[in-house]
Amino acid sequence: MTILVIAEHTNAALAPATLNTVAAAVKIGGDIHVLVAGAACGAAAEAAAKIAGVAKVLVADDAAFAHQLPENVAPLVAELGKGYSHILAAATSNGKNILPRVAAALDVDQISEIIAVESADTFKRPIYAGNAIATVQSSAAVKVITVRATGFDPVAAEGGSAAVEAVSGAADAGKSSFVGEELAKSDRPELTAAKIVVSGGRGMQNGDNFKHLYALADKLGAAVGASRAAVDAGFVPNDMQVGQTGKIVAPQLYIAVGISGAIQHLAGMKDSKVIVAINKDEEAPIFSVADYGLVADLFDAVPELEKLV
Amino acid sequence: MKVLVAVKRVVDYNVKVRVKADNSGVDLANVKMSMNPFCEIAVEEAVRLKEKGVASEIVVVTIGPTTAQEQLRTALALGADRAILVESADELNSLAVAKLLKAVVDKEQPQLVILGKQAIDSDNNQTGQMLGALTGFAQGTFASKVEVAGDKVNVTREIDGGLQTVALSLPAIVTTDLRLNEPRYASLPNIMKAKKKPLETVTPADLGVSTVSTVKTLKVEAPATRSAGIKVKSVAELVEKLKNEAKVI
Repeated sequence: MTILVIAEHTNAALAPATLNTVAAAVKIGGDIHVLVAGAACGAAAEAAAKIAGVAKVLVADDAAFAHQLPENVAPLVAELGKGYSHILAAATSNGKNILPRVAAALDVDQISEIIAVESADTFKRPIYAGNAIATVQSSAAVKVITVRATGFDPVAAEGGSAAVEAVSGAADAGKSSFVGEELAKSDRPELTAAKIVVSGGRGMQNGDNFKHLYALADKLGAAVGASRAAVDAGFVPNDMQVGQTGKIVAPQLYIAVGISGAIQHLAGMKDSKVIVAINKDEEAPIFSVADYGLVADLFDAVPELEKLV
Repeated sequence: MKVLVAVKRVVDYNVKVRVKADNSGVDLANVKMSMNPFCEIAVEEAVRLKEKGVASEIVVVTIGPTTAQEQLRTALALGADRAILVESADELNSLAVAKLLKAVVDKEQPQLVILGKQAIDSDNNQTGQMLGALTGFAQGTFASKVEVAGDKVNVTREIDGGLQTVALSLPAIVTTDLRLNEPRYASLPNIMKAKKKPLETVTPADLGVSTVSTVKTLKVEAPATRSAGIKVKSVAELVEKLKNEAKVI
């Protein structure tokens, strides 16, 4: 059994979600190969070769793979993947974009966002916004799977010494092109990897008031997230959204401020170790999942909390 | 140009589902069903393209039981021109759905296919991408902006770090994210008119598609419940608990 893990990277660096995906591969068992497809992605490939437990790194370095366009990358992965028992990618926007296209090209079903490995062919995954956990079994020749990073502790980024091998394959399909991107800049930890997350909802009232959360987050070394209500109201950009359709987080501590706790929001954070809710409505559903609840006006409580931590 | 929109009948997003006692699935008896929220956004986008004069015809398709006609009628009331029901009583996996949609695409020859990014029941987020592979069309997933310009469509996508714009050659596939638009409500006169719009029913066998799957669900369980928490009286007490009891700060 040999497993192909698709690396999540920015050409210059490897994304942490790759380490969680390799951890899922370790649980399945077998040789682990990592594919780094990109342009001028030598640094990412070197980092991949150092991951503990990786036997081989395949590098597809071509201008066509620069922005991971699925029309170009998926045929490459499908072609390489034919000889593997499993193909894994992180359930990031990139992994979700590419992998189903790979699965269909191989004519197999895909299993999305696994949170546990039961055996080499049986996996657990949440459905209905995390309100049910399905155990699914695949009889496909090649099992194509995306991995929810919060379900697996990352493997060590150092300690491995995998062989690096250049591969070539399908290139520019000529169907799509990259136009541009607008990336949010932040000095705070990345939301999905942060140990502490402070999130604000509609109760923040406006974008300016998020400064209270930023101050608290900086004191705690935390990332800042938001509910859909806060994003839709334009308080903060959408890449901060935590929930069923946003990011899934499972930090040590999640502080929900002015968030009622709709099903769709809980889907993104209810696996956090400790949940704190600060809300003035004591009937808010968020209190049903909170380990510590404080019924108070957030505009009094958050500055006070910032002072005391 | 012709636009094909795929919609799905799912449990209403406000319903808190319950897992069946025998762990065979979730209990869908007597539960309110609706159009998947992302599919509503897909229908809305197609209607707006028609209002701008970009789209000439909107065909809406669903794959599901007879009762899924309700969701097709809703889409017709919102502005779709005609509907196709691929009738199947079985719950189908994304690959089977994508294959059925491929057969519909072959027949209808749309220039643009719009789907939701994921269905809120299976949470798969696969069908649009799979249809992309099967048809060979380019894909613009998680779209928050769609602009058709000549023989191309520019799609702004919601990605983990922000936004990305790609240019796709038509025909293409777009899957909708929440921010793409605000879906409208169907008016009563339009609901009445929708009853007269054409709705064609076919079966997977008519389309020559096998819906056999390589993935089966062994069991469905309720997630682990969190133990009940406590309410603290003050910020000072909260900080004390976080430091000494939970030891997370």
